[in-house]
Amino acid sequence: MSLVMATVRRDLLLAARNPGEWANPLMFFLMVAALFPLAVDPDPVFLSKIAGGVIWVAALLATLLSLDALFRADVEDGSLEQWLASGESLYALSLGKALVHWCISGLPLTLMSPLLGVMLHLPADAFTALFLSLAVGTPVLSLLGAVGAALTASLRSGGLLLTLLILPLYIPVLIFAASAVYHAGIGMTYNGQVAMLGAMLALALALTPFAAAAALKLNLSR
Amino acid sequence: MTPDTGAQQTDLEARALYCERDDRILFADLSLTIRSGELLQLAGPNGAGKTTLLRLLAGLNRDYEGELLWQRKAVADCYAEYARQRLYMGHLAAIKKSLTPLENLRWLTAQDDASEDSLWQALEAVSLAGYEYTPCMQLSAGQQRRVALARLRISQAPLWILDEPFTALDKDGVRWLEQQLQQHVATGGAVAITSHHALEGIPGLRRLTLGGES
Repeated sequence: MSLVMATVRRDLLLAARNPGEWANPLMFFLMVAALFPLAVDPDPVFLSKIAGGVIWVAALLATLLSLDALFRADVEDGSLEQWLASGESLYALSLGKALVHWCISGLPLTLMSPLLGVMLHLPADAFTALFLSLAVGTPVLSLLGAVGAALTASLRSGGLLLTLLILPLYIPVLIFAASAVYHAGIGMTYNGQVAMLGAMLALALALTPFAAAAALKLNLSR
Repeated sequence: MTPDTGAQQTDLEARALYCERDDRILFADLSLTIRSGELLQLAGPNGAGKTTLLRLLAGLNRDYEGELLWQRKAVADCYAEYARQRLYMGHLAAIKKSLTPLENLRWLTAQDDASEDSLWQALEAVSLAGYEYTPCMQLSAGQQRRVALARLRISQAPLWILDEPFTALDKDGVRWLEQQLQQHVATGGAVAITSHHALEGIPGLRRLTLGGES
């Protein structure tokens, strides 16, 4: 078995043993949708207009919450050093780690999103767009986030820096995704926006692991 | 399982190494070789640069001047090949606390294509039989170190590079590890090790002391 597969397997096992780590951001996601109507306005007409945007902002912040720990534990316990010592490519490791991160954050967020859509009176036409934009958009969040997590992995309080680094890069994803959901809600086509998200995903898949790999090497070369 | 000596002979050579950290020269014009059947012990006071030199020899630290050759080729050029021929264990053991010894060992030896049986045997060899399914957070520091050391039973690498492997081991563990080192060297392997432990009685032992006078 290659080390990449072994690492993906080990990280999924770790997630299964420590459900708190990935359940917390999901609870956050759910709470935003539950509390928003209470605090602002429970009027269905008002809610249906902003539902898509609220769900996407909540998904984005929930992803940020879970990113901080992506590489930190591996740097601290020496796993990353072992990886570098193994001579296998850090590109593959970064890709594998981002994939695992998506499986425990983006994927459950995507699967939960229809429930939040119902809670926030999302227009019936927009459900497909919401699901599709999250399915294509959240992997981009994980891939970009892996770069920031790799850069800040050996800092003691890297959380704030990570947010400042990564949030600006998330904004294009947010704009196109929220626009897709909004346009679907008022009965317009949203192919263009989803295609843009797809292009971002293709670009992120190909390029971000390089950046993350280079950042990981920086952490270890001392 | 003993190392496969026929596959590859150890031939690591360092020429005129120079390394400084924070404007302090750790070593200058340092040349050494490690060949099959040799055990190189790096000694010296804390902060003398033992770990730095060990990481450098392992190819992990590229921030130095001089040459490092594996089989007469620069390590930087054949790193992937070199990485498969040497086993590096840092003083961080890479043990995940919420996983069991078996799961940890499976990850540590992922590149060795070890069978499930050999993992069990390796854990038995380090006296962890019966703990296979206990999460490592419930094990003592010495037992966690033993999990990491169980790799030595599985790896086929001719060159071992070990950073303070005796940390936290009890008397039996120390004796076991000394035996492993002796056996590895006797069967044509080679070892580079940092330790404050006296490794008397192992044939092929050489000692290199760093930062003696300061």
